[in-house]
Amino acid sequence: MASQSLDITRRSATTTQPPDVRGAVPQVAKLIDISKCIGCKACQAACMEWNDYRDEIGTCNGTYNNPPDLDANQWTVMRFTEYEPEAGKLEWLIRKDGCMHCADPGCLTACPSPGAIVQYGNGIVDFHEEHCIGCGYCITGCPFNIPRLSKKEGKAYKCTLCSDRVAVGLEPACIKACPTGALVFGTKEDMTHHAEGRIADLKSRGHAQAALYDPQGVGGTHVMYVLPHGDKPEIYEGLPKDPGISAWVSVWKGVTKPILSLGLGVIALGGFIHYVTKGPNEADDEDAKEDEHEGR
Amino acid sequence: MRAADRISRYSAQERANHWMVALLFVLAAASGLALFHPAFFFLSNFFGGGTWDRILHPFLGVLMFLSFLGLMVRFWSHNHYTPADRQWLRRFRDVLNNHDEGLDTGKYNAGQKTLFWVMVITTFLLLLSGIIIWQPWFAPYFPIALLRVAVVAHSLSAWVLIAGIFVHVYAAIWVKGTVRAMTRGDVSRAWAKKHHPAWYREISK
Ligand code: HEM
Ligand code: SF4
Ligand code: SF4
Repeated sequence: MASQSLDITRRSATTTQPPDVRGAVPQVAKLIDISKCIGCKACQAACMEWNDYRDEIGTCNGTYNNPPDLDANQWTVMRFTEYEPEAGKLEWLIRKDGCMHCADPGCLTACPSPGAIVQYGNGIVDFHEEHCIGCGYCITGCPFNIPRLSKKEGKAYKCTLCSDRVAVGLEPACIKACPTGALVFGTKEDMTHHAEGRIADLKSRGHAQAALYDPQGVGGTHVMYVLPHGDKPEIYEGLPKDPGISAWVSVWKGVTKPILSLGLGVIALGGFIHYVTKGPNEADDEDAKEDEHEGR
Repeated sequence: MRAADRISRYSAQERANHWMVALLFVLAAASGLALFHPAFFFLSNFFGGGTWDRILHPFLGVLMFLSFLGLMVRFWSHNHYTPADRQWLRRFRDVLNNHDEGLDTGKYNAGQKTLFWVMVITTFLLLLSGIIIWQPWFAPYFPIALLRVAVVAHSLSAWVLIAGIFVHVYAAIWVKGTVRAMTRGDVSRAWAKKHHPAWYREISK
């Protein structure tokens, strides 16, 4: 494993601190400026090329969404929406969809297999497929509907934010391929700052509601959007307005399980204590005595 | 001991069915618990590792469900509550203190009956929720919001069932002469008179 294995903030199904000795690793972020995206899918092609996957050739569903959805072999897709802000006006909204690299990742919270999902010090959430058992709990945990199980071997896949490239100081492949500068990558601080400039520019050009999408319900994300319609993220093919780890997932994975696990121990211990304090309940006659040494 | 001194409680088929369920329960519960909390993940080693554990568990669960259906049909009619059961519940503290004299219990006491219904309900819930979260066969057909509810329902019902079985096993150890009913099929007269007097009267008619 490469040196990024020294900077692990969180590790799925692990109750002790993972290796994190160096500490201060800068937080990274990808910024997707929707106002600059022309939907050319260069990023989609670059992702396929760097990560060396090929989705099966599918069928056209009548839109530009091609392939129509994420897949174990398709970690980013462009989602196209024809939006009418008012009658007679048309906007073509294009959103690059993929893992948001949540600071508080629902996938990692839900995963039952130790080390199948890790979060690096720089904020990237990465699946380690060799530890994945294929249960699909990450799908249940993710607020953005991102992970996909491979039909071939049943492991879960999603965007790695090119953790392998970032670990050696390169930017993700999609960033390198984007011809318009709609995709930029750097520290989260720099990207937030860069977004402020873009939002000011959009506001000056009539997009009064332009905003940065860095949802706090999941602790912020390491993939952020500049949205011209920042007040209505859902119009961008269902980008959730206020995403967070579902209450069901929190109940399932929160304090409930340690308490219930302890409960099983208490019940077992309770039985033992009952036996040594109250003793067995015996039917006291000849029969019963024979029962006992005949192995009950 | 002469066979005539002992009372038959479970037929060979009933015993075989019971131990089939017991075996499959242990396998289903252990493979499920492995995914329940990291503290139990080591249990997956008994099933050939995490991936095999995940693959095998639902099949073990379904087999347990099917064999439990057999027990359910066999024991259903004996598990309706009677007025004597209310008496048993009211004197639960006495029962725990081994002072169960004067209770007119039938084939099963109120505790056993309650456990029976807990098992019936949780096994059905486990089957239903288990199918919903079963990857890759069924889960993709359900919305993610439903998967979330189902997985919570599954782990809670599993917990209730496992806790119930702990009580069930302990009760059999605690009340001497009970285990043999399920291993050899018979109980002593004294056992029947003391713990299930109404049943004893019924069968000695
Ligand atoms: C009745 C049929 C059953 C089915 C179809 C079923 C199916 C499943 C599935 C699909 C999972 C997710 C992991 C995996 O894919 O293996 C699961 C998890 C689990 N199952 Fe079952 N199961 C059944 C019965 C049982 C029984 C009888 C028990 C134990 C008493 C049990 C306890 C568990 C537990 C504790 C988990 C982990 C839940 C969690 O992660 O919180 N299941 N089951
Ligand atoms: S978007 Fe989903 S898959 Fe990506 S880090 Fe967040 S919870 Fe995990
Ligand atoms: S499918 Fe793999 S990555 Fe997803 S929760 Fe299960 S073990 Fe973890």
